[in-house]
Amino acid sequence: MRTFGSPEFLFIVYALRWTLSLTVLAFVGGGIMGIVLALLRIARSRTLRTITSFYMQVIQGLPLLVLLFLCYYAPSLFGIEIAALTAAAIALTINSSAFLGAIWESALRAIPKAQWESADALALTPYKTLRFVIAPQAIRLALPSTVGFLVQIIKQTSLASIIGFIEITRAGQLVSNATFEPLKAFLSVAALYFAVCFPLTQFSLWLERRTARRGAGT
Amino acid sequence: MSVVVAKNIRKSFGALEVLKGVSLTVEGGEVVALIGRSGSGKSTFLRCLNGLESVDSGEIEVAGHGMSRKPAELRQLRRDVGIVFQSYNLFPHLTAGENIMLAPVQVKCMGKDAARAEAKRCLALVGLGDRFEAYPDMLSGGQQQRVAIARSLAMQPKVMLFDEVTSALDPELTGEVLAVIENLARDGMTMLLVTHEMGFARRVANRTIFMKDGVIHEEGPSAEFFSAPKTPELQAFLRSEVG
Repeated sequence: MRTFGSPEFLFIVYALRWTLSLTVLAFVGGGIMGIVLALLRIARSRTLRTITSFYMQVIQGLPLLVLLFLCYYAPSLFGIEIAALTAAAIALTINSSAFLGAIWESALRAIPKAQWESADALALTPYKTLRFVIAPQAIRLALPSTVGFLVQIIKQTSLASIIGFIEITRAGQLVSNATFEPLKAFLSVAALYFAVCFPLTQFSLWLERRTARRGAGT
Repeated sequence: MSVVVAKNIRKSFGALEVLKGVSLTVEGGEVVALIGRSGSGKSTFLRCLNGLESVDSGEIEVAGHGMSRKPAELRQLRRDVGIVFQSYNLFPHLTAGENIMLAPVQVKCMGKDAARAEAKRCLALVGLGDRFEAYPDMLSGGQQQRVAIARSLAMQPKVMLFDEVTSALDPELTGEVLAVIENLARDGMTMLLVTHEMGFARRVANRTIFMKDGVIHEEGPSAEFFSAPKTPELQAFLRSEVG
């Protein structure tokens, strides 16, 4: 039987790159989809807004674990073999898109109508209004909650361990099984999550304080 | 040449008819003041002139552009019509200079350097030549409003619309904004202004229009309009405004 030593610890540390890769995939994929969703939510067409809202409600009402199972097992019904990483990335992307879309939608809505109006009066096109007037202000507003949600994504990647994807939670499980020292294994895992998430949380809080200070002006 | 021609404008918000057939012609270089109680339709009428409100019926032609619902045609019209709002509406994430440069660069495709020079010229015109780098929240209300005027001027509009531009300002700050507008009048800018500043309207406007219940109730050259109001309603209004 093995004892918990530095090779075991390093095994978990190496798995961190998979946690981080999955996070990046989910954040980038979810971010791109989230931007589209947020824009569709403020579109002129009522149909588009309703459909988008329906999609977001469904995803937000679905446990991520169920979504993960769906993405992992559904393709095999059509004879498609799908890697755990791919399934996890797709599930996390879909999940993140709905939440990031909601965060950014509310940021876009928080910009006063008068800003759209004065850009209109200056003959800017809707695209340029969004690009130069609305988005810069909305991004500043949404940044703290966006970084906060990034921390959520990092922790959510642990669910991918269930479909056999070896990120740090799964690595901790493997080490725990091999050493029969679950406490050491999972405390290491916890320490790694904390090491990644804590700076981001602090960053998010700092952004929030900065936004609040700026918000005191016009 | 007429810069603004509005014929029989009607506009309702739901069941409420705000404009009940307003007609007005403004010649080049003319300064016209619109006065009246709140709810009389004067601001709505002003906002119809650059398409911020759509009209239900009637004809509008501004600076040679017919009013259109097509976005591209509407933008053509708006390039020639400046508007300044009560609440300034500067873009808070941009400096005073950037606020002014944005439309010339993005709408008129002016080069950055030319736009910067133009922005500096316009800021100097409103007495803020040294505040190019200031963000809106570093400026007083009166200064923000002057930047807003400069922002409109940078598009070299053929007509300027002012919608109660001093109503949100402390009394001691209204003077500096009115002085800027008065300078523009002297330089021959065609202007329509909705205002509560009776003394200013009397002094600066060639013509003053009293709106009541969605129609033009009385109008005339400012001098006689204020010294010898004809209708009892205008007499009562002027008495209440002077206090």
